[in-house]
Amino acid sequence: MSSAVDLAPEASFQGLILTLQQFWAAQGCVILQPYDMEVGAGTFHPATTLRALGPKPWKAAYVQPSRRPKDGRYGENPNRLQHYYQFQVILKPNPENLQDLYLASLDAIGVDLGLHDIRFVEDDWESPTLGAWGLGWECWCDGMEVSQFTYFQQVAGFECAPVAGELTYGLERLAMYVQGVENVYDLNFNGGAGADKVTYGDVFLQAEQEYSRHNFEAADTAMLFRQFADAEKACRSYLVAGEPDGPEGRHRMAQPAYDQCIKASHVFNLLDARGVISVTERQSYILRVRELAKACGAAWLRTAGGAA
Amino acid sequence: MPDLLLELRSEEIPARMQRRAAEDLRKLVTDALVERGFLYEGAKAFATPRRLALHVAGLPPRGEAVREERRGPRVGAPEAAVQGFLKGAGLASLSEATTVTDPKKGEFYLAVIERPGRETLDVLAEILPSIIRNFPWPKSMRWGRASAQPGALRWVRPLQSIVATFGPETETPETVPFAVDGIEAGTVTYGHRFLAPAAFEVRRFDDYGPSLERAKVVLDADRRKDIILHDARDLAFARGLDLVEDEGLLEEVAGLVEWPVVLMGSFDASFLDIPAEAIRATIRANQKCFVLRRGDGEDLAPAFILVSNLVASDGGAAITAGNERVVRARLSDAKFFWETDKAIRLEDRLPKLDSIVFHEKLGTQGQRVERIATLARDLAPLVGADPDLAHRAATLAKADLVTEMVGEFPELQGLMGRKYASLQGEHPSVCAAIEEHYKPLGPSDRVPTDPVSVAVALADKLDTLVGFWAIDEKPTGSKDPYALRRAALGVIRLINERQIKIGLTKSLRQADHFLSEKGVSAPAKIEEDYLPDLLAFFADRLKVYLREKGARHDLIDAVFALPGQDDLLMVVRRVEALGKFLETDDGRNLLAGYKRAANILRIEEKKDGRAYDAEPDAALTASSGQPEERALADALASARTSASAAVAAEDFEGAMRALSTLRAPVDAFFDKVTVNAEDPALRANRLALLNALRAATREVAEFSKIEG
Repeated sequence: MSSAVDLAPEASFQGLILTLQQFWAAQGCVILQPYDMEVGAGTFHPATTLRALGPKPWKAAYVQPSRRPKDGRYGENPNRLQHYYQFQVILKPNPENLQDLYLASLDAIGVDLGLHDIRFVEDDWESPTLGAWGLGWECWCDGMEVSQFTYFQQVAGFECAPVAGELTYGLERLAMYVQGVENVYDLNFNGGAGADKVTYGDVFLQAEQEYSRHNFEAADTAMLFRQFADAEKACRSYLVAGEPDGPEGRHRMAQPAYDQCIKASHVFNLLDARGVISVTERQSYILRVRELAKACGAAWLRTAGGAA
Repeated sequence: MPDLLLELRSEEIPARMQRRAAEDLRKLVTDALVERGFLYEGAKAFATPRRLALHVAGLPPRGEAVREERRGPRVGAPEAAVQGFLKGAGLASLSEATTVTDPKKGEFYLAVIERPGRETLDVLAEILPSIIRNFPWPKSMRWGRASAQPGALRWVRPLQSIVATFGPETETPETVPFAVDGIEAGTVTYGHRFLAPAAFEVRRFDDYGPSLERAKVVLDADRRKDIILHDARDLAFARGLDLVEDEGLLEEVAGLVEWPVVLMGSFDASFLDIPAEAIRATIRANQKCFVLRRGDGEDLAPAFILVSNLVASDGGAAITAGNERVVRARLSDAKFFWETDKAIRLEDRLPKLDSIVFHEKLGTQGQRVERIATLARDLAPLVGADPDLAHRAATLAKADLVTEMVGEFPELQGLMGRKYASLQGEHPSVCAAIEEHYKPLGPSDRVPTDPVSVAVALADKLDTLVGFWAIDEKPTGSKDPYALRRAALGVIRLINERQIKIGLTKSLRQADHFLSEKGVSAPAKIEEDYLPDLLAFFADRLKVYLREKGARHDLIDAVFALPGQDDLLMVVRRVEALGKFLETDDGRNLLAGYKRAANILRIEEKKDGRAYDAEPDAALTASSGQPEERALADALASARTSASAAVAAEDFEGAMRALSTLRAPVDAFFDKVTVNAEDPALRANRLALLNALRAATREVAEFSKIEG
């Protein structure tokens, strides 16, 4: 006999995710699964970075586990995690009623718009590593930032034409809010009660402790420096290999090259967390990743998916 | 007279841009109207988070008719000239022109072109689209389907609708016929996003404001501010608390709501262990909420004021609870920072400063701290501070930059350093100096009083100035990214308001010396390259400072024209004494006498092609001079000696008194003595006497620079 689980978005972490997926699926989005590489944010998923470029319409939504090695707190901070979930929605071109759709999605996950104070507070988004920027807001619910709302203007150094709208929900925060929980590890993950309840802590506390140790104390920096150099080199060589007909024709390997850019970015974040990159070097690493991102964006625009 | 109503409704406009945007809209539209000859009675613009609105009252329904006469070629001119004239004047044939007879040139054609006044509505339809297209937002964006095309409309956030009506009060106004990127101007708008989501129609400004109000939008930002301020004060008062007012925050919050609803939340009193400034900073910066004081004193109360945009169905309970949760989380962070910071002594943080670059050409913060500490120790005796305390204070002054708290809230720099220093048992003067060494931060900021603070504050600013001069990063025009003008003004205020006697040249050389020892590899050479320039910069700043205190700029020039004026305190005292002296009869008359003497000298020296700068011949004066001449010679000798002695003793009042004894002899001299005597030797000697007067006045100032 399986016991009853409550999959209402206010009752379980996964219920919240399922509700958002349902909501955006109903808007015609393809519901993707997380990208199978380590990334710092949902934006890095090729479904956002690459698909935001070029003229073809695109609608997608997905959960993306995001790694921020520096934010690790050994499981001791109730709000900060080095691994957390983002729910990402990308709509190109952005529909005219994107704000209304966003508000409807909040309603769907149990935020009563007659009770809660929702505000759009200026927040201009910029990713120096991706060569990307956009204008938009932090979305506040009763003073708490629960989402980022961005109109992409540029990605990988290229103008977005048309512009894509990007929504990023901080799932843990949102879940804490709708569940009324003060500590992320107390979140009800599966909606079970009593002995059947699985908490966020049951799933992730040990991982947070282990990865904090790894990120700050143990990550093999010599290996990471090698990996950065290897990824950078591989990215460049795939870009060359993808254009046997020279720089004019179709590109045939933009996505594998972009994987290496993602890799380099994450390796850089790990090195940064280990404190082995000085302030001046930091800038030059960011620049190197951006160069890769730009080259991959340029290649993508010459693929079947990215070109006109 | 008809009115224009314009509303540009968009997604949420950043709070910081709203006021400026409303003002820009008003100016752009009214300027464009005036440029086309359309005068108006009044114009006012408004901004809320979701709209810019403009009301232009009292426009004419149409412009003035224009009658223009255009003169053509003479009658019988070649065909090409006639055709050109017809084309230019817009005539079909010569029958539409008249002929005029000129007595000199004979008969020629004249075209009279009459243009009826244009409909204001049409003119508006012409100017509004380009104003919208070229609106000067600090940052703008493209959006939606249209953004695929080049040249798509840009706005601060997606523009959703345009209302534009024009017409008199008594009739139904007309819609100004235009569209921008497919957004057609109309008469329909929306009110509050949540409280009044239905569309409604507006006709003119008179009903626009009230309709918005019914749709839960307060159009006028100043009224929203007023509502917030009064409701916040009332809420506080009802609980026996005082609102900590904050104009910047109030302005911002008024730009985040269309319908302000003020609520009060509270937090656990145990958070009050955190320094009040840190509580305020976190609640202000992250939550945009106001803090409160207990009614009976300066202590913060464990409560805050939040401004929501919603009349909630539960009276705001959920909103308050939500905000309290976030404030609680933020204060937990702040408390964590405070506790962690306290565990590390300030001196143990110093190595971290070595890895922070202050400026790529000026070394690290660590090197800078060493320079300031050495300089502060040297300056200490000049300001009456204990050299060891000054050194200690300067050494610790920047350590708080690497604390968690200052990392999170940079505006708390100095203040947190003071708190941590105090906790680790530093001398009270050291604690004070850590906070106050940044001061004064401008013309109205407080100048520190504790000598240790003064020493470190001076050292900090002198190092900054010398450093940026050495790498040639001086302020230019409106650009002063390192706030060097403020630093120089800080030095001036410290010196004057704390009465510090200091030779600027010497101190700047000292600062430069430490700079080359610690931090800068190849600075410019202070003597030849930048010292005169930096001193001139101080002189300029001092002029600004003294002018604002009411001193006459010509007196400042008169003092600065003397050589070696690098003791700013003495310059100021001298200017003051000079100003007072010139307000007396003696002073005014002496100045008049000086001007007369200088004039005569100028003319005669020019005429003779030589300077009369030798000392007067005392024997000649005694033997052949008139009594008044002899009296002046005697008076000059003694006045000059006493003035010089008084200046040496820094007694400028005394120096002025000495000069004032010259007034009677000078007046008598000009009364009775003819300078241009027949006898060339006597004439030359009298001119030399006038030169001696000029020299005597130079003991206190360059009188030639004084006006009047």
